[in-house]
Amino acid sequence: MELIYEKSKPGRRAGRVPSYGLPVPEVPDDLRRATPPRLPEVPENEIVRHFTELADRNFGIDTGFYPLGSCTMKHNPRVNERVVALPGFRDLHPLQEDDGAQGALALMWELERILAEVAGLPAVTLQPAAGSQGELTGLMLMRAAFADRGEPGRNVIITADTAHGTNPASVTMAGFELEKVATTDRGNLDLDDLRAKVDDRTAGLMLTNPSTLGLFDEGIEQVAEIFHSRGALLYYDGANLNAIVGRSRPGDMGFDIVHYNLHKTFSQPHGGGGPGGGPVAVRAEIEPFLPAPTLVRDGDTFRLEHDRPKSIGRVRGFAGPFGVFVRSYAFMRAYGPALKEMSEAAVLNANYLLARLRDVYDLPYDRLCMHEFVLSARTLKREHGVTALDVAKRLMDHGIHPPTIYFPLVVAEALMIEPTETETKERLDEFVDAMRSIAREAVDDPDVLKSAPLTRPVRRLDEVKAAKQPVVRHAFEAEAEAEAEAARIEAG
Amino acid sequence: MAPNESYPEDLRYHPEHDWARIEGDEAVLGITWYAQDSLGELVLFDGPEAGATLRKDEPYAEVESVKAVSDVIAPLSGEVLAVNQKAVDEPETVNEDPYGEGWLVRIRVADAGEAEALMDAGAYRAHLAEL
Amino acid sequence: MSTAGYLSLTDADREAMLEAIGVSSIDELFEQIPGGVRLARPLDVPEALPEAVLVRHLEELAGRNADTSRELSFLGMGIYDHYVPAIVDTFLSRGELLTAYTPYQPEMSQGVLQAIFEYQTAICELTGMDVSNASGYDGTTVAADACFIARHHTGRSKVVLAETLNPMVRQVVKTYAPGFGMEVTEVPHDGGTTDPARFAEEARDAALAIFQQPNAFGCLEPAPALAAAAGEGGALPVAHVDLASLGLLEAPGAYGCAMAIGEGQSIGNYQSYGGPHYGFLAAGNEFIRRMPGRIVGETTDLEGRRGYVLTLQTREQHIRREKATSNITTNQTLLALAGLITLCWLGPDGLRELGETCTALAAYTEERVALPLAFDRPTFREVAFRTPIPARDVVARAREHGVHPGYALGRDYPGLDDVLLVALTEKRTPADVDRLADVLAEVCG
Repeated sequence: MELIYEKSKPGRRAGRVPSYGLPVPEVPDDLRRATPPRLPEVPENEIVRHFTELADRNFGIDTGFYPLGSCTMKHNPRVNERVVALPGFRDLHPLQEDDGAQGALALMWELERILAEVAGLPAVTLQPAAGSQGELTGLMLMRAAFADRGEPGRNVIITADTAHGTNPASVTMAGFELEKVATTDRGNLDLDDLRAKVDDRTAGLMLTNPSTLGLFDEGIEQVAEIFHSRGALLYYDGANLNAIVGRSRPGDMGFDIVHYNLHKTFSQPHGGGGPGGGPVAVRAEIEPFLPAPTLVRDGDTFRLEHDRPKSIGRVRGFAGPFGVFVRSYAFMRAYGPALKEMSEAAVLNANYLLARLRDVYDLPYDRLCMHEFVLSARTLKREHGVTALDVAKRLMDHGIHPPTIYFPLVVAEALMIEPTETETKERLDEFVDAMRSIAREAVDDPDVLKSAPLTRPVRRLDEVKAAKQPVVRHAFEAEAEAEAEAARIEAG
Repeated sequence: MAPNESYPEDLRYHPEHDWARIEGDEAVLGITWYAQDSLGELVLFDGPEAGATLRKDEPYAEVESVKAVSDVIAPLSGEVLAVNQKAVDEPETVNEDPYGEGWLVRIRVADAGEAEALMDAGAYRAHLAEL
Repeated sequence: MSTAGYLSLTDADREAMLEAIGVSSIDELFEQIPGGVRLARPLDVPEALPEAVLVRHLEELAGRNADTSRELSFLGMGIYDHYVPAIVDTFLSRGELLTAYTPYQPEMSQGVLQAIFEYQTAICELTGMDVSNASGYDGTTVAADACFIARHHTGRSKVVLAETLNPMVRQVVKTYAPGFGMEVTEVPHDGGTTDPARFAEEARDAALAIFQQPNAFGCLEPAPALAAAAGEGGALPVAHVDLASLGLLEAPGAYGCAMAIGEGQSIGNYQSYGGPHYGFLAAGNEFIRRMPGRIVGETTDLEGRRGYVLTLQTREQHIRREKATSNITTNQTLLALAGLITLCWLGPDGLRELGETCTALAAYTEERVALPLAFDRPTFREVAFRTPIPARDVVARAREHGVHPGYALGRDYPGLDDVLLVALTEKRTPADVDRLADVLAEVCG
């Protein structure tokens, strides 16, 4: 389909801006724009059709089943969109004085209290913009805590070999060194390897639990003991929190710092890439270092406290992504204490899929899983030349979004499947049927798999070409040349 | 073995999937068929400058495909005499001809004795079989 | 277990599923959690609310806020009450866009991918740059991103910030800098703008030097001179700009900036008490492999049709891990989409007119408000006035009259306790300005 820029025609427009008949002052010559930007000139009905067509060419949870492992693609309730658009939230300026923002601050306070209860840790900052920024904030908190304790030499962070890539990337951005710990055949951290690596240079551990394999670390109490006994801290990556809400709490496991992904566990729609929210909860000892401002309650009123001498500073503008807070709070209040049942259903759904697929795909870690599990297509690849990518692409023809593939890196031909709690059993059964039919196709007609998808707006795309000669914006120049060329030909 | 897979007998191999063709006090270095096959079609070879010093077992360059990036490990120590411009301009050459047109750098070998620690083709094939 | 909240499994479903798994209870599924770390009591959280009651509860909370429909507001300082076109609401509620994840599978995501490509194009056009990412968190974190790029590109460690760069942007850079091994120096303002000679002196050995146009006081900086000053000693000149100004003001790429960054809220996003919004980061081609976050590229499919994919992904954390150009994963795509739709709706003429109306209203405000100007500089959308009593008191008193007159600069600039920053958008009318003038005359009188 055409780009909106290709639908542009000089002189057309959609929106009109009021001028109020006021005289317009001159902008100094050297600061005034010399050439107008080539924004599209398109009437509103064509803009509407353009973005309608783009929406039609996209797939969301609203379209169908979306078992993208590690991303927790659960239903996004529509009431959350209604309440976030209330003028009192939507049109509130973030620098409004606290007395003019009491409703917003009260909501944030309630959200902090629920998050603290879920994590089992007392103090919360809502400021980080997403999980990865929550991680970075957590690492900065560790650095500040050790500096305050007079142990600035603790400069090593340990991560699992199954960790999300954000963990090591955050370690670098926070100025720490990275060390990796191995995973056992059961998918737990290797305790002997840990004991050998944790010493007085260790700042802490970053861990997802359950791990990216969808397995709860059965040795978590010993892991915590190894770090705490050597004076180090534990950071909990909340990417997989959806497995354990109301069943187990990171604070009770021994974690000192926790981030949440509000766009996963608490249903902020992901919008094709974002927004998200990455609040961080900490133990009381780490509270003084939280980003400023923090939220304080004085009787029935709330205020933002900016005077925080030990704070690591600000990690984002204002008090955080407030619209995300409204949606997540509304989501939590729709469940109440039944948030526990949310996690139970997520775990039941994942185990059901695992049970029904284990005979047709490889299962590298043969255990009950938590909210997600990892299959492998390595036998299909070895025997029929069909890869995890082929399986993923063929699922599209069944109207299902593929699972996460080729992650975690410790599993070859990985298919990481996370159904979430909101799917009906019928949807799960449809997915099972699709996966089993693809496994049969791998034997009977592998070429179909390799040419899939056949029913999407485009077939497989040439990613090598995109990487080798990156075209990352519309080439107006080429377009203009082509038009001039066409005009020349027409002129004869 | 896959149809095009090969490990020439005249090369010395490093377990990190790099090869060296020793020519007097110089050597030509590259990555093996297995390495390029694991990465997929290369889109970038980010090599050292001529004159750079390579240390055995340490990374001296990066190769990238669409979905992966890998350090290239020096099988031998030495000084870079030349970098294969064709691998820079058309990195897919490394996939098409990893031991010929797709070589990466030519070095002056610092310590001829280091080559003894490298594997011959047979040993490297055995190493691959264990992966 | 039940069908609480948004759950759907019936008792019969649950029994059938447990049987298929081969366990007798839900508890058995959780036995892998060691007994010592299981939560043995119900969560202590507020009770569940049915939808109608939930909405009532949130309406009550929203009603306790003084939003811009309840106070006539002239607050700005980084977040502005510009008009958001109706079609933004239309498309941000389309489920295919709203409820999609990051477009890892391009065949399922051509809509979002093409929209990001169009957004990248718009950002490059407006800023005069070659490459834009798919968005950053906000206008503060993209400044930290620029520092990380400059650290690696130049090998230098010094960050120079104009004091007239938004205070929150400076605070975030200071939070991130130690992790990057960088130190921050600030250049004080001189009569409301930055002196290029002083900027050049500080930037001599710096990795990058960031200024803001229009600056945090609403004044127009001598941007081309500042860019040249930063570049003299090899620092990367970086402009923090506002998209709403770029129909009228020159593009940073046209006056030699290496990067252009900024907060996108003014184009297409509601104020929303500070977020979620989108930050943008655009740069010259030489920085393409150091860019943080997602970038969409054009390519073709098996049948030669044009299509879009996430490209240059080897820069990113999921592949390059500890050597990645950033840890960013989730970005602000949906908010950037709102920005793109707004830019399409405005078009080049509308964007220029938007700037013209803001400057015209600012000029009208200077004329109508009987207070001295704090700075003798041309302005864009915000005007700084000297107040005879502390500006915070002016704010408090004016709000009693239902008018929020603006931002008391002393909240961030200790020497400027008597300066009030008044922001004008096209949603404020001359009559609104008249009312502001009257209220200020009364409370300052």
